[in-house]
Amino acid sequence: MPMNENEFKPKIVAFCCNWCSYAGADLAGTNRLQYPADIKIIRVPCSCRVNPLFVLRAFQRGADGVIICGCHPGDCHYTTGNYYARRRMTLLFSMLDYLGIERGRTRVEWVSAAEGNKFAETMNDFVSTVTKLGENKRLEDLRCANK
Amino acid sequence: MYRISLDSIDNLFAAISAVEKLYIPADREDGQSYFTEWKEGVKLSDNLNTFRSAKGLFFPQVQDLVSFRTEGKKIEVIDTRKETEDFVVFGVRACDAASFGILDRVFLSDPVDSYYKTNRDHGTVMTLACNRPDETCFCTSFGIDPSDPAGDISCWKDKENLYLKSLTEKGEKLVYALKDLLTECDENAADTVKAEVKAVMNELPLSNLKPDDFTGEQLSVFNSEKWKELYRSCIGCGTCTFVCPTCQCYDIKDFNTGKGIERFRCWDSCMYSDFTMMASGTPRLTQLERFRQRFMHKLVYFPMNNDGVYGCVGCGRCLRKCPVSMNIVKVMKSLGGDAK
Amino acid sequence: MREQMISRACELLANGSVDRVIGWERGEFVYDVTPAVFNDAEDLKSRFVFDLFCGANLSKYLVSETAKGGKVLAFLKPCDTYSFNQLLAEHRVKRENFYIIGVECNGMADINRIREAGASGIKSISSAGDKVTVSTVYGDREFTLSDVIAERCSSCKSRHHVVYDELMGKDGEVLDSNRFDMVEKLEKMTPDERFEFWRGELSRCIRCNACRNVCPACTCEKCIFDNASSGFENKAAADTFEENMFHIIRAFHVAGRCTDCGECSRVCPAHIPLHLLNRKFIKDINELYGDYQAGAEVNERGPLVNFTQDDANPSIVNERGNG
Repeated sequence: MPMNENEFKPKIVAFCCNWCSYAGADLAGTNRLQYPADIKIIRVPCSCRVNPLFVLRAFQRGADGVIICGCHPGDCHYTTGNYYARRRMTLLFSMLDYLGIERGRTRVEWVSAAEGNKFAETMNDFVSTVTKLGENKRLEDLRCANK
Repeated sequence: MYRISLDSIDNLFAAISAVEKLYIPADREDGQSYFTEWKEGVKLSDNLNTFRSAKGLFFPQVQDLVSFRTEGKKIEVIDTRKETEDFVVFGVRACDAASFGILDRVFLSDPVDSYYKTNRDHGTVMTLACNRPDETCFCTSFGIDPSDPAGDISCWKDKENLYLKSLTEKGEKLVYALKDLLTECDENAADTVKAEVKAVMNELPLSNLKPDDFTGEQLSVFNSEKWKELYRSCIGCGTCTFVCPTCQCYDIKDFNTGKGIERFRCWDSCMYSDFTMMASGTPRLTQLERFRQRFMHKLVYFPMNNDGVYGCVGCGRCLRKCPVSMNIVKVMKSLGGDAK
Repeated sequence: MREQMISRACELLANGSVDRVIGWERGEFVYDVTPAVFNDAEDLKSRFVFDLFCGANLSKYLVSETAKGGKVLAFLKPCDTYSFNQLLAEHRVKRENFYIIGVECNGMADINRIREAGASGIKSISSAGDKVTVSTVYGDREFTLSDVIAERCSSCKSRHHVVYDELMGKDGEVLDSNRFDMVEKLEKMTPDERFEFWRGELSRCIRCNACRNVCPACTCEKCIFDNASSGFENKAAADTFEENMFHIIRAFHVAGRCTDCGECSRVCPAHIPLHLLNRKFIKDINELYGDYQAGAEVNERGPLVNFTQDDANPSIVNERGNG
C-alpha cells in the first residue's frame, strides 16, 4: 500500500503486563497477525505497576495515545493487582477528561496470553481511534515536540 | 512634564506598542493583575499592584540558557538565545522600580549576567505612582517614595489625566516618539496626587516601621532564640520567594528532551529543602535554618555587602500571600530589639 | 468564644493535663492570623486569637507536634477534625499526644473576597452577628458574612466533629452540601471549554508548592517533585505540560485520602480553584465506588487501596458526561 508522506502516524505506548498481555502480544506475533508498527510495547510486571506518572510521561515524550493491557480481572498473576490498576486508571482517565484531554487517547484493555487475536484487534482499533484524533497537542511538552 | 487624558490612554498604549512590545498590568480570571502584553482590548488594571512582581520581565521564572546535542562521542553546544526585542513595561510601582536597583547589584556586578543585562538594556520602564496604597505597604521604611517612582519615565494618574515625566535618555526617546499624543504641562501638575498619597501613607499601620535595627555589622541576630518560635508556622513553600520583587536565587537544570539536553535556569527558593543541593547534601538541614536564611539575607547579609541597601522594598506581597501570614514585617518587629 | 477557649486552655495547662496548646496567633493586622504553639497562660492571653480569620487547618502541624512528644491541646474546627482523623488513620499522628477540643464553626471569612470587593488600606475588621464592618483609611465598608465567607465554607460539607475529647459550642450535622455544583458544571462543558478553563487557571501557577505543603494529606517525607532521583522533580513549570502534570499528580496522590478541607485553594496565591481537582476525584469515587468521606472513620479502607470484583472498567469514562 503506498504511503502518503504527510499521513499522520500516531505514536502509541502500550504498557503490557508480563504474564498475560505481553504473552498475548507474543502470540499475535507468532501467529503473524497484523497490527501497526507504531505501537511501542513496554513490559511491566503487572498492570498495577503503571504509575499515573508513567502515562503522563509517555504523553510528554511524544506519545499520541497510551494503552494499558493487563490480565482479565480475576486472573491477575498477583491475584489482585489489576483490580487496583482498574480503579486508578479509571480515576486518572476521568481526570484527564475533566481537564479537556481527548478521551480516545487513553485506554485499558484486558488481554490474556491466549488472546493474540484480541491483542491485534485492540491495537488496530486503538491506532485508528488515535489517528482520527490526530497529534497530541493538549498534553505535550513543546521542548520534546519540536526538536 | 507631559499629560494625556485618561480617555485616550488606549491610544497611548497603541502608539507605544506600534513601536515596541508593551506590557501593562491587566486583570486575569482571578481578579489579580499580571504584566500582560498589550493588544487591542487589554485594559489597564485598577489594582494597586500586580500579583507577581515586575522582575519576571528581566529575570524570567524559567529561562533557556543553552542546549546540547550529542552524536556518538561528539557534543554540540547550541546557543539558544534569540535576538531580544526592545520592550516597554508600563505601570511599575515605586517598590518594584526600586527592586531593579537591587537586582542590578546582583546581576550586573562582575561577573555580569548577560541574560539579565540583555533584558535590562532592551527594556524601558514606565513607572506609575500609587494612588491607593494598602495596609500591607511599607516601601517608605526603605526610603522609597510611592508618590515619586523612579524608572525611565515616571507617571502619575489623577481622575482625568496621566502625567508623564522622562528621567533618562531611554525615557526621553520614548516620550519624543509619543509627542503627538502628549500635551506639555506644568512641572507641578502632579503635585496634588503626590500630596494625597503621602498623606495616606502616613495613616497606614506600617508607616513607622524602620529597619534601622538591622545594620550591616549585626550578626548577633543570627543567634537569636526567637527564630525558634518564628519559623514554626512556616510550611516551607516558596510563595514569599516567588512573589518577591527582589529574590534572585535560581537553580540551573538540565532537561532531557530525548533528542538532546535543554539547559535552563529557574527561580529557586531558600525555603525549599533541596535549595543549594550539592553532592555532599545541603548546608541548611532544617526549616529553621532555611527560614532564617531568607530574612538574614534580606536584612543583614545583603546590606552588609551592598552599602547598606536592604534586600526588601516593602511591596507587601509576602504579607498578602503567605499561607500562614508569617512575613518579613513580623520578623523585623520581633527581632528588631535583638539586633542592637 | 476566644475567652472561653483561653480560660479552658489555661485550666488544662495549670492542672497538667496538657503541656502546650496549638491555636492561632494574632497578626500584624486583623486578618493575618498565624498558627502557633502557646506554652503558658501569659502567652495565651496576649497572643491567642479565635475569630473569622482562623481558617488555617492546624492538623498538619500536629504531625510535627506528635514527633516532639508530650500532650498538646488542639482546637479543631469540624473540617479540621476530618483531617486529624485521616492523619490518625495513616499513623501520622498519635491520638494519645492530643487533647482535642472541638470548636463550633459557622464559616470563616476570606480576606481575598473582602479585597476583591474593593476594600483596601484596612485598619480593622469587626463582626457582629451576620455583619462584618471593615474600616479602612479610605472609609468604612459593610458586608454581610455571606459576602465575604470563604468559598469552602459556603459549601461546607459538615459541621459535625468526628473526633474530640470535649466540645465547645454546638456539634453540628453532616450537611447536604452543594460542593459538587462547579464540578458538575465543568463536566457538562465541552472538552474544548474544559481545556480552555483549566489552561486559564493552571497557567497562573507559580509552583510555590503551597498547596502541597499545606495539605494535611500530603505528608510524604520526601515528595516525588522534590526528589531529583525520581525523574519527575521540577522546581518550576518549564512547559505547560509540567503545570498540568504537577496538578494532576498532586490531586491524584491525595485521591481517596483528601477530606476536602479546602486548604489548597485557600493558600493558592494565584487563586487557582485547586479544590475542583480534588472534588472531581471525590465525586468520581462516590459515584463509582460508593459514597466515601475520607476522615469520617479511622478504620476504613480507602477507595484506592480497595476494590470490588465488579468495579467499572476505565472505559466507563467514555460513556459518561460530555465528551
